Amino acid sequence: MAAIKPMISVEYSGNATVVRFIDEKILEEKDIKALQESIMPIIESACGRINLILDFGNVRFLSSAVLGLLIRISKRIYECEGRLKLSNINPKIYEIFKITRLTKTFDIYDSIESAVEDLSQTG
Amino acid sequence: MLCRLMASEARISCSIVVESKPSAVVGVCRQILPNLEANGFGKDDIFAVHLTLEEAFLNAVKHGNKMDPAKKVKVDYSVGPDKIEIRVTDEGNGFEPESVADPRFGAGLYEPGGRGLLLMNSYMDTVKYNDRGNSVYMVRYKEKPHFTESQSETEI
Repeated sequence: MAAIKPMISVEYSGNATVVRFIDEKILEEKDIKALQESIMPIIESACGRINLILDFGNVRFLSSAVLGLLIRISKRIYECEGRLKLSNINPKIYEIFKITRLTKTFDIYDSIESAVEDLSQTG
Repeated sequence: MLCRLMASEARISCSIVVESKPSAVVGVCRQILPNLEANGFGKDDIFAVHLTLEEAFLNAVKHGNKMDPAKKVKVDYSVGPDKIEIRVTDEGNGFEPESVADPRFGAGLYEPGGRGLLLMNSYMDTVKYNDRGNSVYMVRYKEKPHFTESQSETEI
């Protein structure tokens, strides 16, 4: 497992790249910018066809600015003909996704394993 | 910071003026959120108020004061055993909340921004703007009241 900057870790599972958010809270603009600067190169380096899983297992709080980051990431992955899955979103944060109807936009899984399994089954 | 303790009502009311920069919200939350715990609000309430403060304050700094470091953000709050009231005021020209597109539908669903107001409206029981549109007043009750149309609230 390779650590990239202090805020994410990256590992590989099956045909997927798994990016875990390390911090419990993702709020500040500089943090979100740092996340974007960490994640976008991972997508670019694999462009196209990255299978990216963003894991929220450690995250207990985020703001709407993070949702904006997720939209930007998903657009870039779409351009690269890749696939994006989200995993391990805790109930309070899932509520934010539901309110904003982003549950319709993102594929959300209970665990990294179930996201990896789905990616492997669909090629 | 100016605070009043209303002993008869067990309420504390404060007014703080802070620098107009995103990181200043940390201090605002640090000051306000412990009052919720002290008044017996639950984790869901604290999560909701925290999220709302983040969104309202960032809106004030970014969209209201347009990141002008010379400007300030004023936060008034009042906390008691029954409810928390918050007012966030910036020095900008204001905006019309009705003009903000609903991010849940159409192209808005794929736009990076525009979800802050929706979250504020969802997590608070009352959200009102002043006529100028540079000040938002919000209330969250510990136990939800049953409003009737004839009832109104006295704002902080």
